[in-house]
Amino acid sequence: MQTRDESGFVECTANLLRFGLPVVTLAIGLLVWDLIVRLNDIPPYQLPGPILVFKTLVQDWQILGGSLLVTLTTTFEGFIAAAVGGVAMAFLFNRSRLVEYSLYPYAIILQVTPVVAIAPLLLIYLPQQLAVVACAWIVAFFPVLANTTLGLNSVDSNLKDLFALYGASNEQTLWQLKLPSALPHILGGLRIAGGLSLIGAVVAEIAAGSAGAGSGLAYRIAESGYRLNIPRMFAALLLLSAAGIVIFMGLSLISHLVLRRWHESALGKES
Amino acid sequence: MQSSSGHSAGSAVRLSGVTKTFANGVHALGPLDLTIGQGEFVSLLGSSGCGKSTALRLVAGLTVPTTGHVELAAALRSTPRRSIGFVFQEPTLMPWATVWDNVYLPMRLLRRPRAEVAGRIGEVLESVGLSDFAAVYPRELSGGMKMRVSLARALVTDPDILLMDEPFAALDEITRFRLNNDLLELWRRLRRTIVFVTHSVFESVYLSQRVVVMTPRPGRVASEFLIDAPEPRGEEFRTSTAYVAHCRSVSDALARASAKAA
Ligand SMILES: Nc1ncnc2c1ncn2[C@@H]1O[C@H](COP(=O)(O)OP(=O)(O)O)[C@@H](O)[C@H]1O
Ligand SMILES: [Mg+2]
Repeated sequence: MQTRDESGFVECTANLLRFGLPVVTLAIGLLVWDLIVRLNDIPPYQLPGPILVFKTLVQDWQILGGSLLVTLTTTFEGFIAAAVGGVAMAFLFNRSRLVEYSLYPYAIILQVTPVVAIAPLLLIYLPQQLAVVACAWIVAFFPVLANTTLGLNSVDSNLKDLFALYGASNEQTLWQLKLPSALPHILGGLRIAGGLSLIGAVVAEIAAGSAGAGSGLAYRIAESGYRLNIPRMFAALLLLSAAGIVIFMGLSLISHLVLRRWHESALGKES
Repeated sequence: MQSSSGHSAGSAVRLSGVTKTFANGVHALGPLDLTIGQGEFVSLLGSSGCGKSTALRLVAGLTVPTTGHVELAAALRSTPRRSIGFVFQEPTLMPWATVWDNVYLPMRLLRRPRAEVAGRIGEVLESVGLSDFAAVYPRELSGGMKMRVSLARALVTDPDILLMDEPFAALDEITRFRLNNDLLELWRRLRRTIVFVTHSVFESVYLSQRVVVMTPRPGRVASEFLIDAPEPRGEEFRTSTAYVAHCRSVSDALARASAKAA
């Protein structure tokens, strides 16, 4: 089977390029960064080199690791709230036009109003931790709602007829038809929501930062900024990006595992 | 209005003066008068958009007529309609479920436990030649195999009537011919009523005892043809002079029906 070997080879090369090239880009970027800092003798309080940032990350791990945990907890809580809230709201809207018409405009308003502007208000009226989670929720729930709604509307109409033909109850239709039909869309929404809840958490932490007690990564960035501890700023930023990437990849993996048996989006190029 | 009284013996379905006008004002069908006998294999033949699918959905009770009556034989009237099997133009399988689970669906919706119907499902899968594929997901199947699953699902409740909406239209000719023969064989064995919607003259003549030619939208009965070819029909029927003659007269009738409307 020469063609199969050949296509396997091509696929392998493609994968190598896909995962290898970003690494190469990163290496070049770090090298250029390092060279610029070294050749121009830029002091660390203006622009620290990559090695110093890495050192700071290790040295300050006590502080930064703790902050990372705080931010991740907020993100996670916001994400869960967004996932449950978004999916539940979409099903409710799907069930009742009245509820949909009454609430959908406000869901959109909540979505289009910049969360940076809402965060300070929330911090006034809610306990700090709750306000931060609420921010993460506000940013993240809309994609879940919108995607789930799209998924529910994409239920195959012939399958719906079939369910009707055999006298399926509302509950049977929900669990055996609507939910599985919408699942790929729901998972797509969750993938977006993961990154967004991190953004929401960061925005709220920064807004809360001036109020004091916060100790998440975003707060560390703001704090380091005041103290001109630029290496630590970079280190915290690095952790935030890494967290975002891990969240996205984790959710993508979950989505892939759930759907790989049946959904086209989970299929490789070969089909 | 859908009534179930005043039914004459021997017929499975009777449509009298049935029309369907959709909410958007499209007058899709009728008035349609049509009686389908028990155990009969009838084809509804008409151009695309003439209301064939609408007619099938009316028979299945998935939509109600705007005027007129749809009468079903007593055995067909149970709700849920376990005695009606429906096959769509697309396989319409649940991609998240295996072949076995797809065929199990009607039984599941009727709240029959898996263990209780496992034998029946094995039997139906066997009869469409898919015993070896029970644990496979739809995406791994060819178009023809998916259609067989769809057929097995319609048959699993052992329905008295099978409504088929252009089930083989999307398949290649070789697969379609094979499924035509399988369907004929199935019908000879079970003698269930089959209403088969198609826009292929050749398919309708090959399969059915009676071809009902419909006018363009709003669909009405333009003419009917009894296909009195001897049984069992097989590939040799496709090349016989009788077949060609039937196809010609049905084809002419279809052309006349379209010309009149134009
Ligand atoms: N739910 C619907 N609402 C409005 N118009 C419809 C609906 N279903 C079908 N139609 C229209 O009714 C006509 C007949 O449709 P259909 O029964 O699907 O025809 P066929 O199956 O013969 O191709 C078409 O013109 C179609 O556009
Ligand atoms: Mg149709």
